[in-house]
Amino acid sequence: MRALLPTARNASVYTVVIGLAIVWIVFQLLNDNYLSARNLSNLLLQIAVLGTLAIGMVMVLVLGEIDLSVGAIAGVSAATLAILITQQGAPAWVAILAALAVGAAIGLLHGTIITAFGIPSFILTLAGLLVWQGVQLAAVGDGGQIPIRDEFVRAIASTYVTPAFGWVLAALVVLGAAAVRVVTRRRRIRNGLDVPPVSNEVVAVAATAVFVGVVTWVLNSYFGIPWVFVLVLALMLGCTVLLGGTSFGRHMYAIGGNREAARRAGIRVKRTTIIVFVLISAIAALAGIIEASRQFSASNALGGGTLQLNAIAAAVIGGTSLFGGRGRIYHALLGALVVGSVQNGLDLLGQPAAIKNIATGVILVIAVVVDALGRRRRIARGATD
Amino acid sequence: MPAVTPETGGRAFEPGLRPTLELSRVTKRYGQVAALTDVDFSVSAGEVVALVGDNGAGKSTLVKAIAGTHRIDGGEIRVDGHPVSIGSPKDATALGIETVYQDLALCDNLDVTANLFLGRERRRAKSALLDSEGMESQAKAIIADLAAHLPTLDKPVSALSGGQRQAIAVSRAALWGSRVVLLDEPTAALGVAQTAMVYDLVRKLRDRGLAVVVISHNMADVFAVADRIVVLRLGRNAGEFDPLTARPDQVVAAITGSDAIGGAA
Repeated sequence: MRALLPTARNASVYTVVIGLAIVWIVFQLLNDNYLSARNLSNLLLQIAVLGTLAIGMVMVLVLGEIDLSVGAIAGVSAATLAILITQQGAPAWVAILAALAVGAAIGLLHGTIITAFGIPSFILTLAGLLVWQGVQLAAVGDGGQIPIRDEFVRAIASTYVTPAFGWVLAALVVLGAAAVRVVTRRRRIRNGLDVPPVSNEVVAVAATAVFVGVVTWVLNSYFGIPWVFVLVLALMLGCTVLLGGTSFGRHMYAIGGNREAARRAGIRVKRTTIIVFVLISAIAALAGIIEASRQFSASNALGGGTLQLNAIAAAVIGGTSLFGGRGRIYHALLGALVVGSVQNGLDLLGQPAAIKNIATGVILVIAVVVDALGRRRRIARGATD
Repeated sequence: MPAVTPETGGRAFEPGLRPTLELSRVTKRYGQVAALTDVDFSVSAGEVVALVGDNGAGKSTLVKAIAGTHRIDGGEIRVDGHPVSIGSPKDATALGIETVYQDLALCDNLDVTANLFLGRERRRAKSALLDSEGMESQAKAIIADLAAHLPTLDKPVSALSGGQRQAIAVSRAALWGSRVVLLDEPTAALGVAQTAMVYDLVRKLRDRGLAVVVISHNMADVFAVADRIVVLRLGRNAGEFDPLTARPDQVVAAITGSDAIGGAA
């Protein structure tokens, strides 16, 4: 959770947070209900799928690759889930595991072809988009959708944590953030490294506590924290540790930064690439399960439309570079919040899909321009150092 | 044979001192083209050997053979007197041989510490997590030890100058190389002050007891840092010089083959 707090080292986060604040203020001025607990809770439900896809997208972008097929993979995974539950009568957990396994297998196939033949991931996953959309259409069949009546699957995206347990979760998050700081501090001292003053650490933990407390309080004043939001946060936490705390993650950044240097340093570039494609596809499958839970069905349109383009947009708006080597998992949530907030606001104002698409596109351009300007400044500063 | 004294402290031409790295009658062919023919080469601990030659003389091929990028077709490579087979860069690093490539092979998006430990990250005990603090502390130590002038270690290296980047690449070799460090054209793109800093780093590597090989075009480089100069021409040995006694024009003559003299004693 520490990663959620902007640090001095990552100034671009401030830009996104300020942008998000502006979006919220503007829409609140246009519509009093925008910042209501009810709408914010809806917003979190709306961005769950987008945020999940964007988490996977950040990972492939960091590696210097891209995946255009995540929406179609979500569709195939949802179809798998629905067929197993509704047509085969499989228990929910079996169907969920199978849907995730189908996603992972698709990723294994993508990654293997990309690395074995040196094909750009852009092309291979574009082909994948067509293939898996076809598979999805065939699997869902003529009806256009397969309903899901299983209570557990339906509950994923439509139930809330009880307020009391919500506070327990909030306390765990704050304690976890504090524990990470204490452990890091102790380790730095033990290794003879300088540490920030204790007051800084206390302020940071207090800020986390206030932030988490406010979010919990707002959500509890409606129905509580959506379970699906807890799920997305848990996924974020896991992926953040993977990218920031393990040598596997370090190798991902190295490959995205300088593939040849990574190879010469003995990093197994192909293996890492394949694993990342397995991960993003499994995450896309999870997004498909969440969306099926939201719709109570797997339709042939699930995961289609602008969803996967929005996932790329969210990752980039959040601050992840399209050119590899730069990006953090929390960028996915930030970007999804920006995209989701704008779309939700325009919905609230009764604007059509046309306006929503145009607005999202314009925001993407603004984000990329701000990033480019920032990078130019950083380079200029670096050169004079 | 005189007794081997490992603590002779370094300078070249110690007869009987067993070289750290020794290549004898090494041959490498690319199809019909003979890139190296019966080349002998050796470098001892605490010695800087400059490997010079014109384009196509076989310097890069020799470096690649030692670094494990290319396998030799004939001849023998010995490390500390034992015959070894170097078939991949992993084999070379396992033998304590590190290479500083001309393009440095740094990841611009990663910080100094991450680059020093690239591909060889340290983990915490009984955990999959990185030992970031241990790595940072070790990075600090090696950089202080080499007096490589680097700003904070947690900056992406894209923000650093050419000389500072070279210093990172050399520090990485010093951190991991336990026997031999190869530097390919280490001053090619550097200014005067930065070149002097790299010379300094090379001498420090030698003083740490490493066997150092510097590949260069630049006579000033060669005479500034080398204890011994080995010349290759058209894939064969074309002379060996002591920079204290030889003149640059003699070395140049050996490189170009314009004169029959060779210092090979």
